[in-house]
Amino acid sequence: MAPPAHSSRSPSPSQPSGKGEVSDLKSQLRQLAGSRAPGVDDSKRDLFKKVISYMTIGIDVSSLFGEMVMCSATSDVVLKKMCYLYVGNYAKVNPDLALLTINFLQRDCKDEDPMIRGLALRSLCSLRVPILVEYLVGPLASGLKDSNSYVRMVAVIGVLKLYHISSVTCMDADFPAILKHLMLNDRDTQVVANCLSTLQEIWTAEASNSGEASRERDALLSKPLIYYLLNRIKEFSEWAQCLILELVAKYVPSDTNEIFDIMNLLEDRLQHANGAVVLATIKVFLHLTLSMTDVHQQVYERIKAPLLTLVSSGSPEQSYAVLGHLHLLVMRAPMLFSSDYKHFYCQYNEPFYVKKLKLEMLTAVANESNTYEIVTELCEYAANVDIPIARESIRAVGKIALQQYDVNAIVDRLLQFLEMEKDYVTAETLVLVKDLLRKYPQWSHDCIAVVGNISSKNVQEPKAKAALIWMLGEYSQDMQDAPYILESLAENWDDEHSPEVVRLHLLTALMKCFFKRSPETRKALGIALAAGVADFHQDVHDRALFYYRLLRYNISIAECVVNPPKQAVSVFADPQSSEIKDRIFDEFNSLSVLYQKPSYMFTDKEHRGPFEFSDELGNLSTEANVSAQKVEADDKDLLLSTSEKGDAGFPANGSAYSAPSYDSSKSLSASSTSSDLVILETGVLHQASPSLAIDDLLGLGLSTTPAPAPAPPLSLNPKAVLDPGTFQQKWRQLPISLSLELPVSPQGVAALTTPQALIMHMQGNSIHCIATGGQSPNFKFFFFAQKSEELSKFLVECIINTSSSKAQLKIKADDQNSTQAFSVLFESALSKFGML
Amino acid sequence: MISQFFILSQRGDNIVFRDYRGEVQKGSTEIFFRKVKFWKEEEQEEAQAPPVFHVDGVNYFHVKIAGLLFVATTRVNVSPSLVLELLQRIARVIKDYLGVLSEDSLRKNFVLVYELLDEVVDFGYVQTTSTEVLKSYIFNEPITVDAARIPPLGPASIFMQGSQRMPGTAVTKSVIANEPGGKKREEIFVDIIEKISVTFSSSGYILTSEIDGTIQMKSYLTGNPEIRVALNDELNIGRGGQSIYDYRSSTGSSAVILDDCNFHESVRLDSFDVDRTLSLVPPDGEFPVMNYRMTQEFKPPFRVNALIEEARNLKAEVTIKIRAEFPSNITANSIVVQMPLPKYTSRATFEIEPGAAGQMADFKEANKKIEWNLKKIVGGSEHTLRAKLTFSQESHGNIMKESGPVNMTFIIPMYNASGLQVKYLQIAKKSSTYNPYRWVRYVTQANSYVARL
Repeated sequence: MAPPAHSSRSPSPSQPSGKGEVSDLKSQLRQLAGSRAPGVDDSKRDLFKKVISYMTIGIDVSSLFGEMVMCSATSDVVLKKMCYLYVGNYAKVNPDLALLTINFLQRDCKDEDPMIRGLALRSLCSLRVPILVEYLVGPLASGLKDSNSYVRMVAVIGVLKLYHISSVTCMDADFPAILKHLMLNDRDTQVVANCLSTLQEIWTAEASNSGEASRERDALLSKPLIYYLLNRIKEFSEWAQCLILELVAKYVPSDTNEIFDIMNLLEDRLQHANGAVVLATIKVFLHLTLSMTDVHQQVYERIKAPLLTLVSSGSPEQSYAVLGHLHLLVMRAPMLFSSDYKHFYCQYNEPFYVKKLKLEMLTAVANESNTYEIVTELCEYAANVDIPIARESIRAVGKIALQQYDVNAIVDRLLQFLEMEKDYVTAETLVLVKDLLRKYPQWSHDCIAVVGNISSKNVQEPKAKAALIWMLGEYSQDMQDAPYILESLAENWDDEHSPEVVRLHLLTALMKCFFKRSPETRKALGIALAAGVADFHQDVHDRALFYYRLLRYNISIAECVVNPPKQAVSVFADPQSSEIKDRIFDEFNSLSVLYQKPSYMFTDKEHRGPFEFSDELGNLSTEANVSAQKVEADDKDLLLSTSEKGDAGFPANGSAYSAPSYDSSKSLSASSTSSDLVILETGVLHQASPSLAIDDLLGLGLSTTPAPAPAPPLSLNPKAVLDPGTFQQKWRQLPISLSLELPVSPQGVAALTTPQALIMHMQGNSIHCIATGGQSPNFKFFFFAQKSEELSKFLVECIINTSSSKAQLKIKADDQNSTQAFSVLFESALSKFGML
Repeated sequence: MISQFFILSQRGDNIVFRDYRGEVQKGSTEIFFRKVKFWKEEEQEEAQAPPVFHVDGVNYFHVKIAGLLFVATTRVNVSPSLVLELLQRIARVIKDYLGVLSEDSLRKNFVLVYELLDEVVDFGYVQTTSTEVLKSYIFNEPITVDAARIPPLGPASIFMQGSQRMPGTAVTKSVIANEPGGKKREEIFVDIIEKISVTFSSSGYILTSEIDGTIQMKSYLTGNPEIRVALNDELNIGRGGQSIYDYRSSTGSSAVILDDCNFHESVRLDSFDVDRTLSLVPPDGEFPVMNYRMTQEFKPPFRVNALIEEARNLKAEVTIKIRAEFPSNITANSIVVQMPLPKYTSRATFEIEPGAAGQMADFKEANKKIEWNLKKIVGGSEHTLRAKLTFSQESHGNIMKESGPVNMTFIIPMYNASGLQVKYLQIAKKSSTYNPYRWVRYVTQANSYVARL
């Protein structure tokens, strides 16, 4: 309620005192407390209102607690409500006083008016005072059985409140079981919806420490419940419909008929005026059809119109949320939207955040057929008075240029921007022209002619200045004035207010220029190196010194280092890995889409939402994070190293994408060497039949393990690759092909004190761990493996309970027929570790 | 699931604050407001805080309504469109109960607002946003504020301006307040509101055009009778597999072709395919019955031509011409035409056509814009504005590229561009004398009406 609920013990001096008024109120309340005069309720109302208004603006009125409670003996509902509001706000900071309220709240819970019963129960559960939980159980239990649906509705959420105050009390009273019953039997849909929310939250929280709870949570996805809810979906409020749809999106239908039944049933939800319902429905459609390529495409066609309607019919804020989702879809299927590009033209009065998304969308849908129109439109925005949009539009033109094969017309337009002579347009354009030249060096002639005419004095933005300097260095042989412009920049080294990026570029550009036109550049280079060595910025200092020593050592080697022949950049790195994109798609209709980050990057584990895929895979976050960073790092390298990647002939998915490696422990040298050997192996063995050879290699590495088992009929790919997003998706889609329980040897139990060892061992057997979790005595592992010569994969969930010495395995496979063979392999790997 | 809800004034004052789950720290209102206010400086290029952002693991959602900020926070990765929609609905429910939505009315009625908030959301979970359902839980009575001083809100509010046909208090009446006479007036409002977007190229050719329409309803009928709304017989929805920008299919036929539409929860479409009628039992309060979108070619209500010509000696001349292309029995009002000028424009003098009343032209020095206001434009008429500009420096390059585009806003009551009509509005009769007032009103507004130079 009122934000600064300072307790009376620590009055803040800055706060409006209101002390006189509060004590005034206090005495007035006292007078009224016992009075039974007619009209007393009206005066009470006025006083209560005053109290509440003080509370809202932040004056501490907690000292009135006693008086407020005394006055609460009334049959006037308005008065009661205000009193509840007051109590709910101050109970937490005054637990002792809160005890005073229990009495009248409990009495009200038995009132004959269901309204009062419900309100009292809600207030009682909202006190959030742990010492009072014992008083909640009784009223809650009778509330859940109340004949009035309002009371039941309140009671169900009350159970959740109780759970958050004291989960033990809640579980001991067996409330979840009662809710489960209510969920399936109550006539009132809001009661059912509240049961669902409550159970989801409780089971999700409990799942980490109880196997039963996680089974209960999985049971929420069972066919009977899903069908029960789906069949009644139209009776639910639109908000409850969202809840149900969110649940259905996690459901795995057993066959395609079921998928079509669900989609037909939900078809008309796409025409709902509430965007949240439409998006939740779309999520169901997309996720159900993931494995059915044709139908999936049809879904895209089907959802296009409703999405576009939501974009234009709602508030700008709602448009933003929907556009964010459209953007995600456009990125996945640009072709599908390529004829609808006009929908993404900006409207005059749209807020910046909507326009920006639309520009990104235009960039994404641009292809041969529509580029001309799109770029023409973007050029209009570039001339716009709205500077941020103008900048974004120019960037969009540049991005389109970089993704097209025929850039002829676009280059002309970009160069025209430079003639507009607006500083910010010039600045943005220079950055783009630089990137363009890195990809299409053949355009250098045209570009340089125009760039050469730009006075460096008109370019102030660091990024633009750096781009201009880069071009001056790179094309100094074609730009007559290059050495002199660079010289004047070097001479004004100290006037340069912009950050180090400009100075770094200036050093490099002068070096390049020096190798091409040394007599003219010599002086400038000397000035720059001297200034650079004296620079206070470490990087600038280091680079200057490095160049200086390089030049002294050997000029021709220096040239090789600074100015080697370059190859054009073929594809600029995508800042987002496909793994992250898939993960965001998995989290459709959530904030992940708007932030363009998977949820683990911006939420703590406990708040990941009730049905974020799995549970245990939540633990995955840290690992996924690491591997994501790894991938990012690789992308960056890629950007610098131009097109080497293609030439060297490495397989597309190099080492960086393989399962997380745990090279920390030296003792298990076998697999860590193998991971060091990655490049060598793939390089050398590329032409030969790789899988066999690698198996041998690993066999060698594993020679320390006693007596290798007889060669299994199935061979696995030691370099199998699977990102967590795909794993989750597959895990959800595939049926369990085999589940079994195995006894675990005492030795195995002991070994699990360091689960890492098991993971390493399994990896040595080409079975990769993608996530682990749990605490003693329950350990949970997710493994995957891939057949050596095909893409077919196996997924395993392995739960080892050390106290019961049992291991439970669930195996899912792309190719059901080889499940048996795989399980043999898996067991033998486990037994080699001494587990069984 | 949300954790907190609050309403802040434009200055950042707390008007209403409700913490549902106690998961987010108390200072969230300040953190939020500071972030929104200083967004531009922190993020440099982002001109405006997006409706959703996160700070330290807390997600903030906000919508701006009637100059107020409606905000929700949560730590959970929820559906953004759900929360943003919820915020809109909360605003609508509050407006339904208070009659007007303003800082003043909220402050006067905060106890009632808290009462509503307690029933709308419980422990972060939405319970109901139906004005109708909420009625049975609400006991406070609204304290009305003077509606005249309140800036109008929402699309329907345009009916309040200068149109004497409507009872002035209709849209600012609380759903639970009684009329002074003690008896409620039986009436129902059905508004067909269309927002049109048109972009003209420099040669006057239509580059893009779109209509976003809403059939909005506000019912004050007792006993919730069933209502049938009949639309045009020749109404098609969807355009088959064709690209929606393929105009050929529509020429020569009188059919109204909507690209797509959606409907309110309460609408039943049983006979929609047969006779294009919607049947519904309207809940209390204001709600959209149907939203629709149309890109079928339509006749824009105004043609706009603008020209800028450079003369010698740091001078230029601008001509803006608008022609109203709707019937002469219809009048547009509140017309504003704006045109950005080159940054180095120092002065502008205007020449308004002789005999024009209710016109005003102005040069906005601060953002270098011409603003031309016209009180009303009668269908079929044409108006021209000429302006002489003085520049402070020589223009380099293309003066056309440094000015424009012209944009225009207007309201045209009793007119709609799409041709969609409510043919009749049938109210299930309770008795032979029962004959409530029915108001079917059309209005067209400019959304983005732009002419390029």
